[in-house]
Amino acid sequence: MTRKILSGHGSGGKLMNDMIETLIKGTLGPDSIQLDDSALLTIGAETIAFTTDTFTITPLFFPGGDIGSLAVNGTVNDLAVMGAEPMYLSCGVIIEEGLDMEVFEKILKSMKAAADRAGVKIVTGDTKVVQKGNADKIFINTSGVGRITGRVQRAPVREGDKILISGCIGDHGIAVMAERNSLTFTKGLQSDCMALNSMIAHVTEAYPGSIRFMRDPTRGGVASVLNEIVKGQPFSAKLYENDCPLREEVKGVCEILGIDPLYAANEGKVVMIVSAEDAEGIRDRMRETPEGKDAAIIGEITGEYPGKAYMETPVGGERILPLLLDEQLPRIC
Amino acid sequence: MCLAIPMKIIKINGIRAIAENRGVEQEVNISLVPDIQTGEKVLIHAGFVIERIDEETAREIEEIWDEINADVLRGQQA
Amino acid sequence: MEKSDIRQMAARLKNFKLNEPARIMEVCGTHTTEFFKTGVKKLFPENLRLISGPGCPVCVTPNAYIDRIIEIGKVYRPIFATFGDMINIPASRSSLKKEKAEGLDVEIVYSPLVALDIAEKNPDREVVFLSVGFETTVPTEALTILEAKERNLKNFSLSPGNKLTPPAVKALLNSGETRIDGFILPGHVSAIIGVRGWRFIAEEYGMPCVVAGFEDRDLVAATLLMAQMIKNKKADILNAYTRVVKENGNERAQEVMDRVFCTGDAEWRGIGVIPESACEIREEFGEFDAFRKFPVTPPEPIEPKGCRCGEVLTGLISPTECGLFAKVCTPEHPVGPCMVSTEGSCAAHYKYGR
Repeated sequence: MTRKILSGHGSGGKLMNDMIETLIKGTLGPDSIQLDDSALLTIGAETIAFTTDTFTITPLFFPGGDIGSLAVNGTVNDLAVMGAEPMYLSCGVIIEEGLDMEVFEKILKSMKAAADRAGVKIVTGDTKVVQKGNADKIFINTSGVGRITGRVQRAPVREGDKILISGCIGDHGIAVMAERNSLTFTKGLQSDCMALNSMIAHVTEAYPGSIRFMRDPTRGGVASVLNEIVKGQPFSAKLYENDCPLREEVKGVCEILGIDPLYAANEGKVVMIVSAEDAEGIRDRMRETPEGKDAAIIGEITGEYPGKAYMETPVGGERILPLLLDEQLPRIC
Repeated sequence: MCLAIPMKIIKINGIRAIAENRGVEQEVNISLVPDIQTGEKVLIHAGFVIERIDEETAREIEEIWDEINADVLRGQQA
Repeated sequence: MEKSDIRQMAARLKNFKLNEPARIMEVCGTHTTEFFKTGVKKLFPENLRLISGPGCPVCVTPNAYIDRIIEIGKVYRPIFATFGDMINIPASRSSLKKEKAEGLDVEIVYSPLVALDIAEKNPDREVVFLSVGFETTVPTEALTILEAKERNLKNFSLSPGNKLTPPAVKALLNSGETRIDGFILPGHVSAIIGVRGWRFIAEEYGMPCVVAGFEDRDLVAATLLMAQMIKNKKADILNAYTRVVKENGNERAQEVMDRVFCTGDAEWRGIGVIPESACEIREEFGEFDAFRKFPVTPPEPIEPKGCRCGEVLTGLISPTECGLFAKVCTPEHPVGPCMVSTEGSCAAHYKYGR
């Protein structure tokens, strides 16, 4: 059987990371490819952050967002977590012939509203239409550039640092999965899809030197981000399950479908590794913004299991948080 | 095979019912426990109610805990 | 039971004194996962080891079953509906996941009823539901067949792959010397078959066993009760999941199972054939048996040679003593059920080194 691209190669898990590391980075230039949320480039005296992301989500519209707002906010966040000030976005669309013009218009309006909210401009783009069946209604690629303001001086992660999340875990991934499996809600569960640049700026203004690392835990979720941080390092990332903020509805869906919220996608959260002494200050600073009102300190960097992420459970036991091979599927066992 | 979740029956019509847990609602089939009533706690597996959860006997497990406590303590000292 | 009580009880478990080493086995994939996920596995006291059983009905599905599904897919091009667990199960030369990338039509469902809806929405396509699961799931699949018959759905069928757990435990115990000292029994299978379904373990084999639930407090309680029985050399069966499991189980479910399925011999991956452990569709419902409805001759199955899961399961060897471990058999390319089960003994040993 010749090797084939599988759905898992796009899941944010090990299958994807291995392919990127070996095939893509190996072929396109190990010295030029920067494996981070955005690439940092120096042009003349300016340092800019440059990123790109493609969105293929179905359903196109879900509680709390749509493919348009997801595309804008996702790209703004990939710039913001690099400590950059997001400025300009591109918008490349691939549309399957037969899509209602009204649907396309609705998505564009949503993109414009999201861009205005985040204070960025969509300045360029491209439109392609493919034959029926060659795309699933519409795919959107957004690239973005932002200015590095020099406010955030990254320092290496070290033992004793604290792990912080800007709000409830798993909202987006679980809201979409509930929709797909026709689960409904008494009150509701929304995707957390939102731009984080103003919250991050609010935090970095007050604590420029105490943030070691930032990343938005999208595909693969919080657990995958922690695995990326500790991979090949002498330290480990320890979570405390009791401290992880989870909405009741997210727990409910995860129990029914047998999936783990720590691996579900978030589209409006940031994971930060910060110095121990400023952890509470940074958390409180986040809580001053609407995007960060549920921010929490959920763990710390330890030396117990080098290169691994793990978690202390409510009963006082421990479990390793491995990097999953590919995406989670509803299971019965 | 074994993943089953405690939920509460909030509405019944015929062999179908709506079960709720933590604010999440799911349509389920109640053929395996046909005498179930709204408000009862049930165990849901693969979209079916497979058994009712009997809160009375749940307290019985508290006795097991007490028995363990007493027994284990005796065991430890013995 | 507040959190403080659980931690107190967990400390009791951790400091429990057992005179000599003992091994207890759980025989349910969800217990394997929950012992791991709740961290209770790390609270086991000195001298007490937890062995993971054959895992779940998915992990013990042999290559031949998936080979047949793939062949049916090639010849008859139906829509397959399956629980997510089945996607990564290896076949002789491929898996459903790889075949999906080649165009096999596979829908992930969390209930067989959803498969019925797919059949209703696609009247011009055949829909085949991969019917797997132990006694917890079998009644739901039996009812799905009864509902399909009632709704007169001609384009719906099941590919029977269900298995029964007591025959598997009996086979493990009959396979001669086992270094197992007690069983933690699956709470949800027991909800269906009742405590009586397991009495043979204590009565015929003099082995202590505990019916356990799946929350952290249930696992700590069951393990403590088990440790006590081993220490006091008591061969009894205790029900630590009384809020759900009754002595006779769910008799309505047992009726429905018996009406639609009859028993037959089943092949278990890595263990071999276990008599009377398969659920086959009765003649009366033959029109819903996908294997009868879509005859195919799949290529010769390649069952992995050198797989010693049978001995890992009975505690005779540890994963590292199996020749395939971490060479031919890894989580990415699992061979036996102990590696296919994401938290099975070999998978856990490979990933966490213990």
